[in-house]
Amino acid sequence: MRKTCLNSVYDLARRDDRVIFIGSDLGVSTLDEFKNNIPERFFMEGISEQHIIGMAAGLAMEGNIPYVNTISVFLTRRCFEQIVLDLCLHNLNVRLIGNGGGLVYAPLGPTHLAVEDIAILRTIPNMTILAPADAKEIARLMELTIEHDGPVYIRLAKGGDHIVTPDDQEYKIGKSIRVREGKDILIITTGVTLQISLDAARSLASKGVEAGILHIHTIKPLDTKAIIERLAEVPALITVEEGTVIGGLGSSVAEIVAEADFGQPKKFKRIGVPDTFSDNFGSQKELMEGFGITAANVAQTALELIDVKSG
Amino acid sequence: MKRIEDCEELAKIADELRIDILEMLHTAGSGHTGGSLSAIDILTALYFSKMNHKPGMENGAERDRFVLSKGHGAPALYVTLARCGYFDKSELASLRKLGSMLSGHPYSPSTPGVEVTTGSLGQGLSIANGMALGLKLDQSKSVIFCLMGDGETQEGQVWEAAMTSAHYKLDNLVAILDNNGLQIDGFVKDVMGIEPIGDKWRAFGWEVIEIDGHDMSALLGAIDKAVAVKGKPSLIWAHTVKGKGVSFMENKASYHGAAPTAKELEMAKKELNPA
Repeated sequence: MRKTCLNSVYDLARRDDRVIFIGSDLGVSTLDEFKNNIPERFFMEGISEQHIIGMAAGLAMEGNIPYVNTISVFLTRRCFEQIVLDLCLHNLNVRLIGNGGGLVYAPLGPTHLAVEDIAILRTIPNMTILAPADAKEIARLMELTIEHDGPVYIRLAKGGDHIVTPDDQEYKIGKSIRVREGKDILIITTGVTLQISLDAARSLASKGVEAGILHIHTIKPLDTKAIIERLAEVPALITVEEGTVIGGLGSSVAEIVAEADFGQPKKFKRIGVPDTFSDNFGSQKELMEGFGITAANVAQTALELIDVKSG
Repeated sequence: MKRIEDCEELAKIADELRIDILEMLHTAGSGHTGGSLSAIDILTALYFSKMNHKPGMENGAERDRFVLSKGHGAPALYVTLARCGYFDKSELASLRKLGSMLSGHPYSPSTPGVEVTTGSLGQGLSIANGMALGLKLDQSKSVIFCLMGDGETQEGQVWEAAMTSAHYKLDNLVAILDNNGLQIDGFVKDVMGIEPIGDKWRAFGWEVIEIDGHDMSALLGAIDKAVAVKGKPSLIWAHTVKGKGVSFMENKASYHGAAPTAKELEMAKKELNPA
């Protein structure tokens, strides 16, 4: 996914001389061609993320479209104030590409986990947040970022993720994707939790439960209309995210559910990282299992919500 | 704008702007007095003599850019912009009020002539770097001026930016240090010493030009010299006095964020305009 994303930046740069790449001590051979062919618009900065956000803002003020890439947690948590003031308040065309969104860097420990990125960035006016599920989806979305007005955060997953996003739908920033139909429960996903939820839906189908899946590649602005329309068709819902359940996708959907008038209350569970630091290391997969961000747990939670004995 | 070269005329403008600052802050009932008075000679030299700019070309590619990284110097910027004609002087009376175009710190969306929203210290030089890189990409001859406070250099991001300006040889960038020696809590040297500050900037690869920041002739010369430096960024290290021009405000930390009372305003006006 990262390779596809960075190749897209180079493609965009070849077509549009407003495009600039700024990295922070990355060591990416993926971008050698960019560096060699368009050196004047390729910046590999030192380890100075806060400064880089300001510098990107200044470049954008002069009419450029900087794509800034580094490890997600340093880009978002460390630079929150610079993102708020330099980028979002001025509504500048800067794109932040965060490597290792969620639990990807599990082996490196909690300093490198980006679990609250979506929650904190969602609070900022003018911000757009993208969390694609696979390489095909990032390629589609990157094309759209060039003409998008205002700052964008692009949360990258680990890479090598199964291609699951459908080809037959319209991809627009802010538009959700109907991946699967089902009247018994709706599973709302973002990023690679789409893959997990598809597995869960297949498992549920084998038990006679039809789960619909609505995939949210744009967490902000959220496709509220589609969420309400889909929820009107089902008695229960689950949100699944690779990030904190406080303030992320689950919270966003909860806000919608709380204010919508469905007549009957919806049964609802959020699956994600709970309100705790992880003192486990291991792999991304192992941490996700520890937090219940798995197909088995999504399926089990669905059965409990709609009160079907799992047998 | 017409460029004024006569130092006496510029000094007179600066003193008139001092009165505008004090009247504006008195009317608002709050605001940053000391750091505005220390910076006003620098702003006068830039806006009335050295910068290429004019009202109506706020987005013109040819303009020189000014970033007030020490955003609390907003009153000095506002009276300067008003006198240049970016907005009507009557707006000054609305400082910090609901519906005003003038925020307590510079807010670019609402104030004509304000390039960048600042106020959170330490962020301006990074933005100025980005603008300077952008102008180089466009092969522009425009210059970026970035005014910082001495207390502000306690912020770590300033040094990330300083390193970057030198790395990219941003000779279209001129930073100015309004070295008034005071911050909210007292003297900078007592709160968190920054010396040897000139050596620090030199060590970071900058050309450092040290002057008396209230000497108009020295200011004009330093700006010319800084703009002419090639292959590296320049810092004008301007020694200033916080509250400059009003005897009872000079070198007083208590006037960092306090507006003058009616009586203080009258006393100050007598000092600044003895005739």
